[in-house]
Amino acid sequence: MTLQAFAPIGVLIIIALIIGVIILMISRVFGPHNPSFRKNAPYESGMKPIGPGTRRMPVKFYLVAVLFIIFDVEVIFFMPWAVAMRDLGVYGLIVMGVFTLILVVGFIYEWKKGALEWE
Amino acid sequence: MRIPRFVWIIGGLILLAAVLVGGLLVTISLVTTMFDPNAIDPGAVIKCSTSSGCSTIYPIIYSLILVVVILTGFAYTTLWERKLLAWIQHRVGPNRTGPAGLLQPLADAIKLIFKEDVIPDQVDKVVYYLAPVLKVVPVLIIVAVIPFGPDILVPWFDGNWYQVPLAVADINVGVLYLLGVTSLATYGMVLAGWGSNNKYATIGGLRASAQMISYELSLGLAMAVPVIIAGSMSLGDIVDAQRNIWQWFVFQNPLAAGILVLTLFAEVSRAPFDLTEAEQELTAGYMTEYSGMKFAMFMMAEYVGMIAVSVIAVSMFFGGYHIIPVDNVPILGPLFLILKVFIALSLFIWVRATLPRIRYDRLMALGWKVLLPLSLVAVAWTSIAVVLGEETQSSTAYGIVSLIFFVVIVVGGFLFLRGENQDADTAQDPVDLMNDPVVTGEPRSIGWVLLNLIGGLIAVPFLMVKALLTLLEGLGSAGGEAPTSDELAIEPVEPAGD
Amino acid sequence: MIQFDFSTIAFFVFAVLTLGGALGVVTNRNLFRGTIWLMVSLFGVAGLYVLLSAPFLAAVQVLVYIGAIAILFTFAVMLTRSLTRLNVRYTRLWPSALGAVLLFAMLVIGVIWPVFGGNELYNQPISDVVRTTTDLGVALVSGEGYVLPFEVASILLTGAMIGAIVIARDADEEEMEQ
Repeated sequence: MTLQAFAPIGVLIIIALIIGVIILMISRVFGPHNPSFRKNAPYESGMKPIGPGTRRMPVKFYLVAVLFIIFDVEVIFFMPWAVAMRDLGVYGLIVMGVFTLILVVGFIYEWKKGALEWE
Repeated sequence: MRIPRFVWIIGGLILLAAVLVGGLLVTISLVTTMFDPNAIDPGAVIKCSTSSGCSTIYPIIYSLILVVVILTGFAYTTLWERKLLAWIQHRVGPNRTGPAGLLQPLADAIKLIFKEDVIPDQVDKVVYYLAPVLKVVPVLIIVAVIPFGPDILVPWFDGNWYQVPLAVADINVGVLYLLGVTSLATYGMVLAGWGSNNKYATIGGLRASAQMISYELSLGLAMAVPVIIAGSMSLGDIVDAQRNIWQWFVFQNPLAAGILVLTLFAEVSRAPFDLTEAEQELTAGYMTEYSGMKFAMFMMAEYVGMIAVSVIAVSMFFGGYHIIPVDNVPILGPLFLILKVFIALSLFIWVRATLPRIRYDRLMALGWKVLLPLSLVAVAWTSIAVVLGEETQSSTAYGIVSLIFFVVIVVGGFLFLRGENQDADTAQDPVDLMNDPVVTGEPRSIGWVLLNLIGGLIAVPFLMVKALLTLLEGLGSAGGEAPTSDELAIEPVEPAGD
Repeated sequence: MIQFDFSTIAFFVFAVLTLGGALGVVTNRNLFRGTIWLMVSLFGVAGLYVLLSAPFLAAVQVLVYIGAIAILFTFAVMLTRSLTRLNVRYTRLWPSALGAVLLFAMLVIGVIWPVFGGNELYNQPISDVVRTTTDLGVALVSGEGYVLPFEVASILLTGAMIGAIVIARDADEEEMEQ
């Protein structure tokens, strides 16, 4: 059962988490504690903070994230086909080629529309 | 009381000698017992996965050893980086702390432990504390699926020999596990940027995560290439398919290897893609508001990521733990892997010392417009070659197709790079800066050519349809001239009875 | 009764992660923390996929849901900055909450318990035939498999891409006009 193969990963995750938390707490325990106003203010090259806390994030980051999701799903679809490639032969190649072609058309559209500019 | 330096030197030398001699003895005893697996009674060999005691204890022991080895490797990677960078830059790195600077990481760690833990006000405490953990844990667990060597035989106290695998878990979706854990690491950056109550940190975190996700696509596609060649997503199978040095996947698809190495540089935010680090030196970046051990955790995540990424690249394209097949001498497996990882790390440091940083918009253009089409081409290359090899059942067909693609890509790349130079040389007006591609930022690269190529290919059916329609139109109006606009104008009516 | 072996413990852990994370998402006032709880919940679902002998789906879950969609949610939350400090209490939702609980109870009693409860289906062992990723790959592409949904999925993805560009371009032009 594949569960037995995954159990060691769980062990490693737990060990890594414990180490992470320990390192996080070390500084709390060992370091000095002298909070002052200037130390705790947000850092802006030593000047007083100007302007509101945060500005709006530009939309292009959101667009990059959406495009990433779509191409990520495409990469996911590549993987089972890649594993079975030797059994599938030319037919599999054509099917995957059509799939990729349609997505490439979309990619060219977004390229021409300038969605990949000024990132 | 100051300890005189010669005491340090002699003490360090004695320690070094003890470690070397001890290691040599252990290695000799292990090698002589593991050199000939037939020397051990096969009946007394138990496969670890079948024994319930072994399969509960062994992962814990192995995970602990792995984490300790990786953390020690991280510590000495920082030292090696500073030394190598210094030597390339004609100076000497740290050489004061301990003999030849060998205790420098310890000194750095002690300094960082005793730094004050400054927490900016009005931060979201949960997010602020979670971000370093979320950055460190994925890079520590990413090496779980990579085999560090073949199965070795380990003696245990109950008189049996256990055959243990040198991987935490060699699952059969190893490549996807690698991709998934890499995606998790981007989350730590976003949280770190948001958790600090600092608008520069937020935007820095956003840019860093946008950089990482843009390069993850090419990473996924470049990782699909060894999967195609080996026919399995398990990294143990991928490494096993590269036993001899002429079977390494880098010789079968160098384009994918190059893309993998480039994207892995970008994934760990390492030069020349280290805008996030540079922002530290300039003003801000997602790590600004972190001090003390939390900052050390971010640095740890970066260097451990470098090590992990080197292990991945070596396993997927450069033969893993094989240089010669190491099944007879299993102890050589980890040694070869460490040697290759050391060379890869030196490559990382060498690139950092040599190349300048890429600007952010050029970086994103590279990731989306050049690497993504190129990685699609790489996958197409390997898949066509493998399919043709399977259909004709001959490996020479595979070799010939691969060679054709290789020549096409090399010649294409050479032609376009040379074409760019010619454009710059034969500029009509040398003072004409407005049309200089470097100034306008207009990309002229392989991606641009590929775009034209693919667009042309897609346009061909449309052009054919258009030609067909024109033809039909021509046939339809064969009976008479198509009326032009002049003829449709209103003319004075001729009077009847002419 | 339930035998307490490793897979049962793992199931309980992942079930707690999933449900606890989902509870955290809907009850937390701070949207940003809500997305963190969402990540926890999705991780629990990935663990459940592992228990069902579908490691490919678990890896896809981590890669796409946690690595891409949760990040998209986070970016969306950061786009609308003011939503992270909501302090409004809605007090008029009790009738609809009651309706939702009643509907859920009806679903469980009327549909889920008769089909999945009872002893026959509960005690069936997990099937020994474990489909590997190779089988998935063959099934996706083969004629009697899922090749048509596969191609339609690509059209769907392209449509989503074009839609995202259209929406984002409109928003960008609005921002630039301001």
